Amino acid sequence: MTLPNPGPGTKAPLVEVDRLTVEFGGGVRAVDDLSFTLEAGRALALVGESGSGKSTVAGALLGLHRGTGARTGGTVRVGGIDVGAAGPDELRRLRGGVAAMVFQDPLSALDPYYAVGDQIAEVYRVHHPGPRKAARARAVEVLDRVGIPDAVRRSRSRPHEFSGGMRQRALLAMALACEPRLLVADEPTTALDVTVQAQILDLLHELRRETGTALLLVTHDVGVAAESVDDVLVMRGGREVERGPVTAVLGAPAESYTRALLAAVPRLDGPARTARAHGLGTVDAADADFAHDRGGLLAGVADEPLLEAVELRREFGRGKAAVTAVDGVSLTVRAGETLGVVGESGSGKTTLGRMLVRLLDPTGGRLRYRGAEIGALSERELRSCRRELQMVFQDPVASLNPRRSVGESIADPLRVAGERDETRIRRRVRELLDRVGLDPDRYEAYPHEFSGGQRQRVGIARALAAEPRLIVCDEPVSALDVTTQAQVTALLAELQAELGLGLVFIAHDLAVVRQVSDRVAVMRDGRIVEQGTVDEVYGAPQDPYTRQLLAAVPSLDPVLAAERRGRRREPAAA
Amino acid sequence: MTRYVLKRLAGAALVLLALSVLVYALFYIAPGDPARLACGERCNPEQIAQVREQLGLNESVFTQFLHFLQGVFAGRDYSTGTGVLHCEAPCLGLSYQNDQQVTELVLERLGATASLALGAMVIWLVVGIGTGLLSALRRGGLTERTLTVLTLAGTGTPVFILGLLLLMAVCAYLQWLPFPTYVPLGEDPEQWAWNMLLPWLTLGFFESAKYARLTRSSTLETLAEDHIRTFRAYGVGERSVVTRHALRGAVPPVIALSAIDLGTMFGGAVLTESLFGIPGLGKTLIDGVRHVDLPVVVGIVLLTGVAVVLANVVADLLYALADRRVALT
Repeated sequence: MTLPNPGPGTKAPLVEVDRLTVEFGGGVRAVDDLSFTLEAGRALALVGESGSGKSTVAGALLGLHRGTGARTGGTVRVGGIDVGAAGPDELRRLRGGVAAMVFQDPLSALDPYYAVGDQIAEVYRVHHPGPRKAARARAVEVLDRVGIPDAVRRSRSRPHEFSGGMRQRALLAMALACEPRLLVADEPTTALDVTVQAQILDLLHELRRETGTALLLVTHDVGVAAESVDDVLVMRGGREVERGPVTAVLGAPAESYTRALLAAVPRLDGPARTARAHGLGTVDAADADFAHDRGGLLAGVADEPLLEAVELRREFGRGKAAVTAVDGVSLTVRAGETLGVVGESGSGKTTLGRMLVRLLDPTGGRLRYRGAEIGALSERELRSCRRELQMVFQDPVASLNPRRSVGESIADPLRVAGERDETRIRRRVRELLDRVGLDPDRYEAYPHEFSGGQRQRVGIARALAAEPRLIVCDEPVSALDVTTQAQVTALLAELQAELGLGLVFIAHDLAVVRQVSDRVAVMRDGRIVEQGTVDEVYGAPQDPYTRQLLAAVPSLDPVLAAERRGRRREPAAA
Repeated sequence: MTRYVLKRLAGAALVLLALSVLVYALFYIAPGDPARLACGERCNPEQIAQVREQLGLNESVFTQFLHFLQGVFAGRDYSTGTGVLHCEAPCLGLSYQNDQQVTELVLERLGATASLALGAMVIWLVVGIGTGLLSALRRGGLTERTLTVLTLAGTGTPVFILGLLLLMAVCAYLQWLPFPTYVPLGEDPEQWAWNMLLPWLTLGFFESAKYARLTRSSTLETLAEDHIRTFRAYGVGERSVVTRHALRGAVPPVIALSAIDLGTMFGGAVLTESLFGIPGLGKTLIDGVRHVDLPVVVGIVLLTGVAVVLANVVADLLYALADRRVALT
């Protein structure tokens, strides 16, 4: 093995990507003429929206496109190895030994059939041939290092016995086992809750400080990048938009695309609903006393709640196996108001949302819609108010029937409501498509012909078709890119102002919820731990859990991020 | 775990009871007079009536069924004209044809059927998983296309044609083996194996086509999963990726299907048994149906039922053992 001889006085960078092009079947160019370098010990983030080619670049660093039918051009050198030309042995040394990949979805990235420790040991033995026992010991050592409690015992567990955060730790342990010089992390925290994400990012930071490993971080989340890297490369359509130190790119972006991207990111210190609604010109009031005016405006119309839940409960299962998903939740939603419900996975927010529109039957408590009790009505008695309570679902791909045109999907609620006249149905669907910003002529198009954001617009149009008074949106934007996210939330706000809808906006993303809501309820373990206006909850959180959640949200400001990381470490050390 | 097995076994008992009711019902709807058949060609009406009385066919269907159940749980006595024949529980009755105890008959024939089914399973697992894996790995190549044609031909060829061809080639033309006759394992293990070889190959090859296709598709499915990418990205060799990780994910469905196939085969692989003259359950069942021999038919159907139900329980247990994410409830 001969390392390329760097010229005197210069040190070759750890990663050198020169005019990289990756083309997949059908002539799709995922990466187009991209060049960058990464010095040993430094951290670079590839930031971009879905389809920008950032993950393809990460794969190219490890030669993962070799033998897949993808055509690559340009050169990639990692630790002196020419990835495109390396022989099998050299490629093997590169993968794991020089550069280790941390994949996105920790659930599917580990083999479900083997113990976690065995999987790490297997990888270790590829690079350090030796007795099985030594490899196992190393696996336990790295698992312990990434903070898996009782590592000896837990190393014998299979992946499904680990929580999401622990699986991500295990993947990091696997990457660490062979002491690589470069970590390639592809969306390492995207599937995780915000508090767990903060822990993993802190761990990553700590490990790098300890080992001096370089990091290439692929992420769609600018906040995650701000927390973790020295340099940022913004990608769009396979090309570089902007590259530079993180403070410069995020603090004073030179390119308009970067500026648009940053502007679309919901932030805890950004404009809240007040300013945004004001911007739309729906309410003519100054920012400061907007809330007051808004209250006054609506006072006469809808002082009584549209929907009211009292001590709502839901259990799943029976006997010993019973799980209480929602444990006595009380809340109200008024017309023209948005109630944000925020919580981490498993907090019961989706169960609550489904109960509010009676998709799920409550097992206890009361649910009143416009003053009438609907919590225990039979399906027949419910029919009259079903139409007025609608839902928009998280996954715009899965919640539309792929075998039916979007026009038909939107027409469903109309047909259910008893409309028989085809021309009227068609006219109404076209109106709705137009209203949510889609081309009315695309009635006959099928869901796969639409982008994620457009599909979510279809979902909203379908909810609107029934002329509802209240819509429960369950994670309506969490599957979307930030720019699309901003468009969809703006659409919802616009529709609400126009139609006086009551909205329940369920999300795990605190910044998004802050952006769209008037009032916020924070959920944990099936209960609401804190409820109040946006200013109250975000400005002066009372519950320690709310404070913990807020502290975990990545900040766009690298300096602030570092400061907060320090603060997060303090209680851990104490 | 124990609770799960007990629960499943209790369910199995119900299934078997329902099965016996069904067979009794079918039997009395179907045409044919067991007494006439049992008595023989030259019997006069009086003799037939006597036989009918002896076989208990004069009693109501319901009473006959109750007697049958009594026999299963407590045993029962039969008068043979000259004396009393006691049939111990679990008594499945006496054959109408030759007064042989059905329980004995069935257990005797079970040996032959089990020999055939278990041996064939070894072949279909080895051949099926082997070719399936190979065609998954050589996807798109000549090897895969050849194997695809072969497995398609395998499923497409009726088992008696496959068996006949083998018989003609190996025994008649090449004369490598004598024409097989069944020798019980207990008598002479070596002769048993030699004589079972052709039946095993016939049934094994026939079944292996299905397993090859199943293994191929589930291996490809596993190879496309994310965790395979993880190990490739860590420099784990392709052979290790396939045998340790991809195959591991492909095995559970194969186990599940095998157990069920094996259970069904315990009811007799009729065609193979007939072709090679193996005195197994399938052949006996066909004879029983032909002679309207109710006790024999019921006995074998129940045994098949037991085998299928047990095989399903075993399949579920093995599946849960192979894939620890499966919870048995």
